[in-house]
Amino acid sequence: MLISQDDRLSFEKSKPGRRAIRLPEERYSGEDPLKNIPQGLLRQTSIGFPELGELDVVRHFINLSRKNFSVDTHFYPLGSCTMKYNPKVNEWAARQEKFTALHPLQDATTTQGMLQILWELEEYLKEISGMDRFTLQPAAGAHGELTGMMLVRAYHASRGGSTRTKVLVPDSSHGTNPASAALFGYHVVEIKSDSHGCVDLEDLKQHLDEHVACLMLTNPNTLGLFEKNILEITKLVHQHGGLLYYDGANLNPLLGIARPGDMGFDIIHINLHKTFSTPHGGGGPGSGPVGVKKHLMPFLPGPLMERTKKGYAWASPSPQSIGRVKLFHGNVGVMIRAYVYLRVLGKEGLRKVSEAAILNANYMKEMLKDVFKVATEGPCMHEFVLSLKSFVAQGVHAGDVGKRLLDFGFHAPTVHFPLVVPEALMIEPTETEARETLDLFIEAMKEIALEIATDPERVKTAPHTLPVRRPDDVLAARKPILSYRDQVREKVLLAEAVA
Amino acid sequence: MPYLSLTEEEKKSMLGQIGVRSFDELIKDIPVSLRDPKIVLPSSLSEPEIQDLISKLGRKNTSTRDALSFLGAGSYEHFIPAAALEIVGRQEFLTAYTPYQPEASQGTLQAIYEYQSLMTELTGLDVSNASHYDGATSLAEAALVALKHTDRPRLLVARSVHPHYRETLCTYLAGTPYTVEEFGFDGKGNFNREEFAAKLDPGVAGVIFQTPNFFGNVEDLDGVSEKIHANGSLMILTADPLSLGLFKSPGEWGADIAAGEGQPLGLSMEFGGPYLGYFVTSRALMRRIPGRLAGLTRDADGKRAFCLTLQAREQHIRRERASSNICSNQALCALAACAYMTLLGKKGIREIAEINWDRATYLRGKIAKLKNFEVDLTQPIFNEFRVRSKRPFVKVEEKMTAQGIFPGVLLESFYPELKDQFLVCATETKSKEDLDRFVEALAQC
Repeated sequence: MLISQDDRLSFEKSKPGRRAIRLPEERYSGEDPLKNIPQGLLRQTSIGFPELGELDVVRHFINLSRKNFSVDTHFYPLGSCTMKYNPKVNEWAARQEKFTALHPLQDATTTQGMLQILWELEEYLKEISGMDRFTLQPAAGAHGELTGMMLVRAYHASRGGSTRTKVLVPDSSHGTNPASAALFGYHVVEIKSDSHGCVDLEDLKQHLDEHVACLMLTNPNTLGLFEKNILEITKLVHQHGGLLYYDGANLNPLLGIARPGDMGFDIIHINLHKTFSTPHGGGGPGSGPVGVKKHLMPFLPGPLMERTKKGYAWASPSPQSIGRVKLFHGNVGVMIRAYVYLRVLGKEGLRKVSEAAILNANYMKEMLKDVFKVATEGPCMHEFVLSLKSFVAQGVHAGDVGKRLLDFGFHAPTVHFPLVVPEALMIEPTETEARETLDLFIEAMKEIALEIATDPERVKTAPHTLPVRRPDDVLAARKPILSYRDQVREKVLLAEAVA
Repeated sequence: MPYLSLTEEEKKSMLGQIGVRSFDELIKDIPVSLRDPKIVLPSSLSEPEIQDLISKLGRKNTSTRDALSFLGAGSYEHFIPAAALEIVGRQEFLTAYTPYQPEASQGTLQAIYEYQSLMTELTGLDVSNASHYDGATSLAEAALVALKHTDRPRLLVARSVHPHYRETLCTYLAGTPYTVEEFGFDGKGNFNREEFAAKLDPGVAGVIFQTPNFFGNVEDLDGVSEKIHANGSLMILTADPLSLGLFKSPGEWGADIAAGEGQPLGLSMEFGGPYLGYFVTSRALMRRIPGRLAGLTRDADGKRAFCLTLQAREQHIRRERASSNICSNQALCALAACAYMTLLGKKGIREIAEINWDRATYLRGKIAKLKNFEVDLTQPIFNEFRVRSKRPFVKVEEKMTAQGIFPGVLLESFYPELKDQFLVCATETKSKEDLDRFVEALAQC
């Protein structure tokens, strides 16, 4: 089916004189801005926005939306991203005018319903994670990590620990972990994975000394394995005076099953847009609340909430607080969605989510293991990693299989990550997918394996059924065209682009 | 259970196919001492129950639609076109992942590319990223770019920049070798030129201004960029994007980076977020931009296509050597802004800015006539201005709130010296009747 005959940019569809929105014509002040405002403050250059009618704009964007995969239309077995279903009642709640039309600086007496949601959300996150207090300010997982590193630094500084200069991360960690630590001048040290894919205890011990500020860990790790030595790991790091940071990207299989707080973690971030079902929106907004144990509470960003006899209110931050990390109170719209999700799950549903996520992942791993090599042994948690190294001989890489899956109507798994597995394909089905969907995906994978043997070109040149095929990212980076302005300047208008 | 699909029978057969007797065998790596924590949560709610609960909680709020609100100070009440809401609500945008697979994400990628294009038009600068968390964090990242680009240790920031932005900046830089120094404002609330000039020395990496500033004043930045550039520093400007329909753009002022809050571009106030940090720079800083960028390229068949580009800057490639740790952007908020700006179009962006200016100008003129309140009629403004109350503001606010009016944001809580001064904001959402009602109520205070 042809999505649209007209793939032009809105700018290229523009025609002078067209309007989509009519605005009030009446002016109240009786003043002419061009006369009243000093000339030197007025804009002199024109604004090259496109001119289109309302139908033009609506059709433009709706047709663009049809060029996307999304959870509502396709299965996303995207490892570490937890692309679960985003319940519609969450959206319904977040769009209520009683929440969307609240100003962040309204007096607390006029926002008691809103504050109650934020308060209770924090209570639930504390219960689920085993931490003592949360800040809801961080806007995303990486922003949570940033906040976490600030807390680590403030904590050690308060104890005179300026010699703690090292942050340890496993070699299988997310890229944000070392990037966040490095932002604060920490020396990042990678800890090796052992032959099973877990933290190598011996290597860890070698790097533990009085200079360690923190160990950042994802558990289950990015290979989908629960770090079975976790209690030993947290004990060792604590013995050396270091803190433990939990990257909550993979919290989905632990709901009601085990808690990071009980494992010994001091700081944790939670991705509401993963485990707590809020939509990814094509890359955001997310929300990354950060939780801490008691000894780190004084350092949390402020303001935090308090509950008094008069109701909910914002408390002034502790004098040791690292300070605000964001404008206002964080991504509240995302929090409303997560709150609704947790109320719908309730105590009865929490653990069922994780059980189904683990079951689905193990089922897929088992069904695929005869065709593709699984990078780890034994059962997995919510995700697993395949290594496609053996197909390299046919010239097929993990990324190619990901692209070919698009032709079967499945989003690609996470490819070439974690870095410790050559030709990695990381698969996370989540709990919300039906078994029929998993079976269709398994069939597609088997068919692709067959294709690699019989017609590798078909896989190497995939996808064959989508609006575009393998955009040239080398060209894009060599000669960046990042706006319509660039196109006009570089004369890369439609005709040239096609040629 | 809602959202779960597996039947009991399926679960049993899947466990069998996996080759385990019970679920517990799958989680055998989790130490027994950690398992089955006691978690106190309320009971699961059915859909009618959760809808009812949310409605009840909503009724405990007085929204800016229930009241007549003149609150601004970094979050603004604007109309949002119905078409923009429909576009953003489109599930193929809402429930999509980050466009790392360009073939499966041309919709999101082209929309981001168009957002970037619109932002370069609006700010008069060359390169926009795909968006940042919000204005405060965007400005902090801009400061980091200036520090790295110039390899100098100090930042200057006008004290008339939003207090939350300044606080966030300080949080980001605490404990690093970098320092932030502020320069003050004059009696009218405009930045102090002498203090700015005196503090501008060879150690300064960048200077941060806001216009309209936190007091609503449109700053006169004439000659500022020349001074900053002669000093080898970068000029960073944060501006209400809607004001740029009428007022000089960051590009025209000579700024190197425009970084700030995009919420006025079609995002609801939502109690403070999610919003949209915009980040636009000169071409010279392109490779230092934090966050995602969408670019135009060709596909294997020579067709025009979009993809994320210059990813070598980013954390998933560079890890500890990345230019920033940022991973996500506010893609859906950028889409909202993109749809909003496209619907407004070339004429609409100018008109909406004029209407905002008109409403605030009308209101300021009316308040000037009240005996218990003072305003400065000579100060150029956009849609927000400073009012001094001759009576304690707390009393005024109490009286107004009782009548269903949110009169404005108290400045004293951010600047102790500005006693009983408050910020009043009037946008296109206010009718003449609304404004007159506000003035009448103030007259009674």
